[in-house]
Amino acid sequence: MLEIQGVSLTMDEGQTVEILRNINLRLAEKKIYVITGPNGGGKSSLAKVIMGVYPPSAGKIFLDGQDITTKTITERALLGLGYAFQNPPRFKGLKVKELIKLAASTNPDKLNIGDLLHDVGLCAQDYLDRDADASLSGGEMKRIEIATVLARKLRVAVFDEPEAGIDLWSFQRLAETFKFIHEKYETTILIISHQERILDLADEIILIANGEISEQSDKDKILNKILKDEDCCSSQCEKGVIQDAEFAG
Amino acid sequence: MLSSLDKQMLERVADLHEIPQGAYNIRKNGVGVQRNTTANIDIMTKKDKPGIDVIVKPYTKGESVHIPVIVTEENITDLVYNTFEIGAYSDVLVVAGCGIHNCGDQKSQHDGIHTFFVRKGAKLKYVEKHYGEGDGRGARVLNPKTIIEAEEGAVVELEMVQIKGIDNTLRDTEVRLGDKAKLVVTERLLTYLGQEAQSKITVELNGVDSSAQIISRSVAQDESRQDFYFDLIGRNRSRGHIQCDAIIMHAARVLSTPRVSAYHSEAQLIHEAAIGRIESEQLVKLMSLGLSEKEAEETILKGFLA
Repeated sequence: MLEIQGVSLTMDEGQTVEILRNINLRLAEKKIYVITGPNGGGKSSLAKVIMGVYPPSAGKIFLDGQDITTKTITERALLGLGYAFQNPPRFKGLKVKELIKLAASTNPDKLNIGDLLHDVGLCAQDYLDRDADASLSGGEMKRIEIATVLARKLRVAVFDEPEAGIDLWSFQRLAETFKFIHEKYETTILIISHQERILDLADEIILIANGEISEQSDKDKILNKILKDEDCCSSQCEKGVIQDAEFAG
Repeated sequence: MLSSLDKQMLERVADLHEIPQGAYNIRKNGVGVQRNTTANIDIMTKKDKPGIDVIVKPYTKGESVHIPVIVTEENITDLVYNTFEIGAYSDVLVVAGCGIHNCGDQKSQHDGIHTFFVRKGAKLKYVEKHYGEGDGRGARVLNPKTIIEAEEGAVVELEMVQIKGIDNTLRDTEVRLGDKAKLVVTERLLTYLGQEAQSKITVELNGVDSSAQIISRSVAQDESRQDFYFDLIGRNRSRGHIQCDAIIMHAARVLSTPRVSAYHSEAQLIHEAAIGRIESEQLVKLMSLGLSEKEAEETILKGFLA
């Protein structure tokens, strides 16, 4: 299905920064994977490398055996890769329904946009004709972003922290929706998340810290470890360690 | 008789496929060619200068006036003065627009000076569309001037659209609002190649509880140049808000000069202006849905100017 071979990513921000180091990952068909790990560990960067937003500085990516390393974002999208942004962009003048129609335009199935919005916890009649712009709250925009990915018939769907801004009430429904598209389209799902309930959906959990995969295994094995908080902090820190700290107030 | 080219131009500037319903006056290459009046709306040719007087009777509801101008010849400079009397408590739509089809090498120019008297409690929606086409090198020039006097409780909605086609335009809009009068201006502008567009909007909030909202969105492409001047003047307890947004591309230039002037302690005036390129995140998002970069760009611009 999706295979990542020795992918590294460096960025030039005044000095060369290594974001990802020799990532090897094999995502099997019809499975749900959750990537977790500390902030700044490289999770979102990996998602962007998969979608083609960042070209890797080394390594290769294969989708269904085809080398897609040099393919553009559009080409990857048409091959069945989808990506829900952590911070989705907004569009002045573009209505919610127009955005979702664009998303669904390559899906051969006829979709009910109202039901789709319902699945992400939005009341369709209140949102279809609204602009997908700054008038929407962060949580609303986030749900619409998820809907644009759910609207597609995908081989692999990547969701970057889908729980951010989603209240607990809608959370359960969202989790069910992930399962539903997973079963309906046999989509392999990769979710970046810190939420225990999302981790619970996973067949496998992948732990990324300091730009590397530090662990990948079955949910049950890894969950225990994560809950003990080992490996989840990029550097060990204790309260009171800094002696000459600045004082506020 | 209107030719198929005339009809095409009419469709562009007035959304008209055939001869309009209601009152209309079609002006072509400097002369009036067709006119219709209704029981409530009269149109008369001015005696002292070129142009028409449009009189809407008080309490006229749901009627429209179309006054398209088409210029299909080169080397024409058409100057016209139109005056509109929108009677008290009426509710009408006025659609003006100018289409220039210039296949020649000489300049075609149309300057329209429109003055509106919107009487007490009346509602006016004024739509002005400008469109130019033709393969010739002759310049297409449009200089519309719009003056609106809105009396107590009048509601004026102004929609000004100019997408490509016009090489040089100087748009001047002056609005004076009386007590409780309300104004909403929507301006959409797209320039490309070496086009130049200047838009000047001055709104005077003279009456108590008058309000104005101006939403201007523009896209400047290639080597084109846009200049915006906004002046919102609060002379009474009033509220005014200008939102000016421009997308700049290629080697274009956009200058936006805002001014808010308060002459009353209860005048609340806000000006927001932003100029920027298309955000790369927006392009990435649409490309990740399967659109090409060009399609993504077109979708973003189309939405922005909708």
